[in-house]
Amino acid sequence: MKKEVIEIEKFSFSINDKKILKNISLTVMKGEYISIVGPNGAGKTTLLKCLDRIYKGGVGSIKISGKPIEKYRQRELAQHVSYVPQADGNIPPFTVREFVMMGRYPYLNPFSSVNFSSNKKDEKTVQDALSMTETLKFSERFLSELSGGERQKVFIAAALVQEAEILLLDEPATFLDPKHEAGIYRLLARANREKGVTIISVTHDINSAVMTSRRILALKDGVSAFCGPAGDFMNNEILLKIYEKPFIFMKHPQTEKTIVAPEAP
Amino acid sequence: MTKTERSEPKKKLILLVILLLLAGAVLAGAPMVGMKAISLNSILHPVSGGVDAKIFWMIRVPRVCVSFLAGAALAVSGMAFQAMFRNPLATPFTLGVASGASLGAAIYIRVGLLFNFLGISGISISAFAGATLSILLVYGLSKVRKGFSTSTMLLAGVAISFFFSSVILFTQYMSNFTNSFRILHWLMGGLEVVGFESVLNMAPFVTSGSAIIFYMTHELNLMVTGEEIATSRGVNVEKTKKILFFATSLMVGGVVAICGPIGFVGMMAPHICRLLIGADHRYLTPVTLLFGGVFLTLCDMLARTLIAPAEMPVGIITALLGGPFFVWLLVGKTSSKRGII
Repeated sequence: MKKEVIEIEKFSFSINDKKILKNISLTVMKGEYISIVGPNGAGKTTLLKCLDRIYKGGVGSIKISGKPIEKYRQRELAQHVSYVPQADGNIPPFTVREFVMMGRYPYLNPFSSVNFSSNKKDEKTVQDALSMTETLKFSERFLSELSGGERQKVFIAAALVQEAEILLLDEPATFLDPKHEAGIYRLLARANREKGVTIISVTHDINSAVMTSRRILALKDGVSAFCGPAGDFMNNEILLKIYEKPFIFMKHPQTEKTIVAPEAP
Repeated sequence: MTKTERSEPKKKLILLVILLLLAGAVLAGAPMVGMKAISLNSILHPVSGGVDAKIFWMIRVPRVCVSFLAGAALAVSGMAFQAMFRNPLATPFTLGVASGASLGAAIYIRVGLLFNFLGISGISISAFAGATLSILLVYGLSKVRKGFSTSTMLLAGVAISFFFSSVILFTQYMSNFTNSFRILHWLMGGLEVVGFESVLNMAPFVTSGSAIIFYMTHELNLMVTGEEIATSRGVNVEKTKKILFFATSLMVGGVVAICGPIGFVGMMAPHICRLLIGADHRYLTPVTLLFGGVFLTLCDMLARTLIAPAEMPVGIITALLGGPFFVWLLVGKTSSKRGII
């Protein structure tokens, strides 16, 4: 039995009187892997932030695991939803292990504030996330000593230890080299397959969106412009409407899947 | 499990214990030092010990207590602000909290009311009210629009700070000679107290404020990673900020009411401690508290002995000692790794 983990209904959201999201509806089942695409300023990041209540309010309704999002306490929401922000040059001054351990915050009991040692379950969850993301070998290094790709894996590890069924990612691989990009996508696919984590990932990259996820939500000017199977997204008409720019279609020689290339300028 | 992973927390605990012993030694030793040498015998007889015992028990001990409490409170407040705003320049002073507290105290002196509430003196309550007011102003400004940056908030704090300073000067200008002198003397900042009344006035503010901050160490850690990450990990950022504002207002209000505005400790001590022990607030908070207390007590000890029988303002010593040490730490190796917040 699949169950709905996210139900967005006619949701609109404004920042400083500017409408960013307009009438968005989307239902996500447990274990899905969805990519949100669209041009700059379409509202992709805003939608993610609304799903984790980093942005509060809005018109319409968002339900997480059947319960309206505004009914959650933030700590409780963090047990259902985790979030990996876009790499923005913000490097927290902690070691990898310290930083990942902080992902256990939603499970801390209120009196552990004075407790210096963490419990066995926390230790094990952190250890597992570090080894799954292949970051165990530099777990005692400071975040500032890592490369961008390594750091991104640590951020994902920190989100995984929250043991939330939903993982939101904002441009998880955009600024990475091809090797690290592939590493991140492999890692996400594993978390999705083995742990059943529902993944919603925002990306600019149409090809990687289509290759990694089964379903695509495309936003344009805050409106849902396409929502459906990844295969159907690769359609000249749809892409032209969303990106206002023609693409060239071709088959990936290995996977036989359709990929796009931008037209020569 | 690697070796470093096990030894790292142990090292931090050792540093904490060393600092604890140091604080004990300073608290016990500082009252012994002064212009007049005091015999151990007279200390042990507070009542019959004559002038020596009076100097020791009524002047030096209270003064050491006040300087320790003030240093600890200012350092911990600075630490909380720096974590909350993720900005090395965020302190009770740059955000206008100290000047708000000063204004509250100055108005209290000007009006000449004398009131007590549950045994807490009116000047402390006025200073706390002033600190809260300035925080509400700065915080309110940040709520007017979404996406108000920390730098804008700091600028607002500086603006409010200047505004309050001019209101303080105006208050002083409009006062009669006695009150004017009292305000001026108090504005210069100092730790000259007599008797335990000041200590008892300050202690509840400082202990309750720092107790709250001790309880919030995990939240402080997450605030340092940024508000978005903190929220996604389950921190109620707005509530956390309000609690921290309340705690710091208590501490800064309590200190400023007695000692006047003493700067620099709140900015520098947390940085030094962060470089010593890292940014994990579970360790950083006790270390900052002890360090701030020890630091201000030692500075005050120097201030009252260096050019004895005269005294210098303690602010001169804190800046003179702290500045170069701070620069030395900044250019050192560890700073690049751990970052300055």
